[in-house]
Amino acid sequence: MPGYKNLSIRQKQIVWAWAFLAVPVVFYVVIRFYPTGSAFVTSFQEWNLLGTRAWTGLENYEKLWNDPVFWKVFRNTFAYLIIGTPFSLVISFVIAYHLDKTRFMHGFLRMLYFLPFMTSAVAMAWIWRWFYQPVPVGLFNNFLASLGIPQIEFLNSTTNALPSILAPAVWAGLGFQVIIFMAGLRAIPVTYYEAAKIDGVGWWTVLTRITLPLLKPTIVFIVVFSSIGFLRIFDHVFNMTTNNPGGPLNSTKPLVLMIYETAFSDFDMGYAAAQTVVLFTILLVVSLLQLWLLRGDATK
Amino acid sequence: MFKLLRRTALGGMTALASLIGSSAMAVEIEYWQYFFDARVDAMEQLIEKFEAANPDITVKMTHFPYADYRTKVAAAIPAGEGPDVVQLFYGWLNDYIEADLIQPLPTDVFDPARIDEEFFPMVQAMKRDDAYYALPTAVRSLALFYNTRLFDEAGIEAPPATLDELVETAKKLTKLDGAGNITQVGITTGMTAQDHHWWREVLVRQFGGEPYNDDYKTVNYTDDAGLAALNFYVGLEKDHKVTKSGFMDEPQAAFKGNRAGMHIDGSFRIGSLNKVRGLKWAVAELPAGPDGTKSNYSSYWVNGITTKATGEKYDAALKFLDYLTSDEAMQVWLDVVGELPAKPSVGMIDANSTHETYGPFIKGLAYANTTKFANESAQRQAMVDMVGRIDIEGQDPAESLAAAASEEQKILDDYYK
Amino acid sequence: MSIVSERVGNPATPPKATSDTVFAGRAPKQANMGQILRWLILFLGGLLMVAPIAYMISTSLKWPHEIYNVKLIPDEPHLENYTYVLEDGRFYLWFLNSIIIALITTVCNLFFDSLVGYTLCKFRFPGRYIVFIAILSTLMIPTEMLVIPWYMMSQAFGWLDSYWGIMFPGLMTAFGTFLMKQFFESVPDDFLEAARIDGLNEFQIWWKVAMPLVKPALAALAIFVFLGNWTAFLWPLIVTNSVEMYTVPVGLSSFGDEVDVAWELIATGAAISTLPTLIVFLIFQRFIIRGVVMAGLKG
Repeated sequence: MPGYKNLSIRQKQIVWAWAFLAVPVVFYVVIRFYPTGSAFVTSFQEWNLLGTRAWTGLENYEKLWNDPVFWKVFRNTFAYLIIGTPFSLVISFVIAYHLDKTRFMHGFLRMLYFLPFMTSAVAMAWIWRWFYQPVPVGLFNNFLASLGIPQIEFLNSTTNALPSILAPAVWAGLGFQVIIFMAGLRAIPVTYYEAAKIDGVGWWTVLTRITLPLLKPTIVFIVVFSSIGFLRIFDHVFNMTTNNPGGPLNSTKPLVLMIYETAFSDFDMGYAAAQTVVLFTILLVVSLLQLWLLRGDATK
Repeated sequence: MFKLLRRTALGGMTALASLIGSSAMAVEIEYWQYFFDARVDAMEQLIEKFEAANPDITVKMTHFPYADYRTKVAAAIPAGEGPDVVQLFYGWLNDYIEADLIQPLPTDVFDPARIDEEFFPMVQAMKRDDAYYALPTAVRSLALFYNTRLFDEAGIEAPPATLDELVETAKKLTKLDGAGNITQVGITTGMTAQDHHWWREVLVRQFGGEPYNDDYKTVNYTDDAGLAALNFYVGLEKDHKVTKSGFMDEPQAAFKGNRAGMHIDGSFRIGSLNKVRGLKWAVAELPAGPDGTKSNYSSYWVNGITTKATGEKYDAALKFLDYLTSDEAMQVWLDVVGELPAKPSVGMIDANSTHETYGPFIKGLAYANTTKFANESAQRQAMVDMVGRIDIEGQDPAESLAAAASEEQKILDDYYK
Repeated sequence: MSIVSERVGNPATPPKATSDTVFAGRAPKQANMGQILRWLILFLGGLLMVAPIAYMISTSLKWPHEIYNVKLIPDEPHLENYTYVLEDGRFYLWFLNSIIIALITTVCNLFFDSLVGYTLCKFRFPGRYIVFIAILSTLMIPTEMLVIPWYMMSQAFGWLDSYWGIMFPGLMTAFGTFLMKQFFESVPDDFLEAARIDGLNEFQIWWKVAMPLVKPALAALAIFVFLGNWTAFLWPLIVTNSVEMYTVPVGLSSFGDEVDVAWELIATGAAISTLPTLIVFLIFQRFIIRGVVMAGLKG
């Protein structure tokens, strides 16, 4: 490459960057953006997967706007986000923070917290559903009954069902977040802690002045990623409410479950695509907002 | 499991054989169904017999897990990747006909008048404009399963024959703990399982109604009969306190766990109940209504020929379908899978109709109705929510019924527009 | 590599510490009451976390009629569910398929996700933010909406019913790219600059200097990608036709049919299929520690 040597450092960087990105960009365009684009197109069509597609303009979006179930689902989706993200963030940080300071049987403890993330979601949802049953079979209600406390309807209730389903979702995802936090904590150079030790500052100061600021890239990742996760929640709800998906009375139905049902039970692909476009927009706005709020120079 | 190994080995051998043998002779057609051990076994036997009788045809069976079978088929068939003969749930057929993916059966081989006469009447739901599009080998219906050990314990002699007796029997079978919580239900309930069929096609009719008009395009259960049927159904829990909806997660689980005296379910449940050790059960016909009306609900999987099959493959597919709907095939299916024959000529022979397990189901076929669903899961959901609103939100049954009717009508209107 | 890291290590790092002093900064050696209490609480919390899994294992040892029994220890534990699942001659084949697919996908993700993450983090070039957001946006479409276009694509290219067909959608992920990008942010630019002065080209700088510094993140990524592919269900089901091409989750779903799910078998299958992921976890989680010691020592 005769020309390469004459380029400025900045220009060389640009050349290298695009050389690195060449294969991935082709991959993403073909495998990801093309199907995404086709979903956007489908949202203006009527198509039952089997027959031909017909253009319908904005009809699917109008239908969505006027669908009371959609608005319920919309609220549920945000409920998962607003309850799920902060809870799982705080719990997993506390666990990771303390695990990080524990040496005795460290690997074993870490495995205990990670195991739920590895186990089949279908099998675990069944176990949880069983735990939540009323007496005589439900574990929790049996426990309450043995204390003489009245029964709680966990799943067969429009108010309790959503948090009852969120709990196993948080439980299963905790291990994932703990591992990421651990990796982040361990990436903080020890120098800073040693300097702090020499200065003799307390643990709270170390936490708020050193650990948290240096953990920022990790926190950004977990906040954005777990928000996407909760806004896209599907598996846990679907498996927990398998006999009455998203029920009772749609009180636990998230948007992705609505999309799934519209696409693969109703075979109304155009309507499902319109819902997908809405989901996409929500996710994009929330993610960009979070990245913007948490922006700042995190490289130092 | 060696069976499964053998199945794989056999598959390999047939592939090999078709490579070696001059392929000009044999026509290969592909058949798809969902995976269930007994169904695959039965179909293998049928294919073997069929191939013996038709040496110039080979049938390749491919099967997929039941989960998402529908999605799989819907993705493959329009793409031209699918089979020549495919097994579909009867309720899906309409979409396939509309999209020209299933061919009408030629009237010279499958004479509609003959089929009308030979098959149980509900199979006529597969007919459009005087031609059948698909036919079942086997059908299913509902019956009342009861736990004979719990019946003996409660000193009950015979299963209930009427709805009134059903309530009385259930009362004797219900057990409560000290705090008043139900620990054993007299009868299981749950619209999410088979109860929506029981309510729609059986209870509504027994209280003097007609659930739908206009070939299942118009909801018609908002009258007094519908309300009476709904009140009877929710009354089991609310007034008589002999059940709890969602008890032990699923009705069948409660029955399997010896914690339910009675349980309404389909003939497809027989196999899995047989596997439960320590469960003693028997079957009776569904209880008759206040005026003695009997009704039942029947559903089935049908075999159809896709538009992909042309020329000699089409001819081979016709022969295969003809064999699948023969008396012989139906008897094999009953013996191996435990599903009921689709023709009275097989079902109503004494060995079958007085069989202690199959008998009550087969008798039910004579007066069974088949709901023409536009979207079964959505229409089921309307029923589930109808009871849910009464159960959880305390809504008045009449209001809830009206809401369910308008919801279901909307689904039907959307579909048939 | 050693030359580079030795040389660039100096400005940023204090005098080399022994691994003991490294740990000393994190956890005082003498066990005090606080330490014991912390350990006990973590241990009890861990037990609570695995309690549902204990019930799953217990279910896999039960007969169908007692699966709703609250007792953790079955009345008559037996292994017949395991024999049933494992005796299916094809289970091993599904297992092999799953392993091959998960391993290749994992290696591919480790390479490409970190390459893209690194590029997006450390290079300044026009379009950087757009590329990042575009890749991130692929997380915002549910897989359910992609399987039909993927199916048509696979059919057009003849990828149906093949390893490649099962694998191709997951060879690079936005998740991995985003994760790696965030972790490369903790790699100081001075290191890379020093390597550049040393005459390494950009690819060498990434591969030899930057990658070793993010080993904990690579280990975490390996675990997650392997796990994600190991449990993938919908797409492998749609793209495969022959039983011989099934992956473990698709094969195990045969235990449920139209009306019935054999939960004791599902639990058994879940217990068996958790084992490989557990092994992968145990292998890679070591790097989450070791990588740090290295990073701590050398930079």
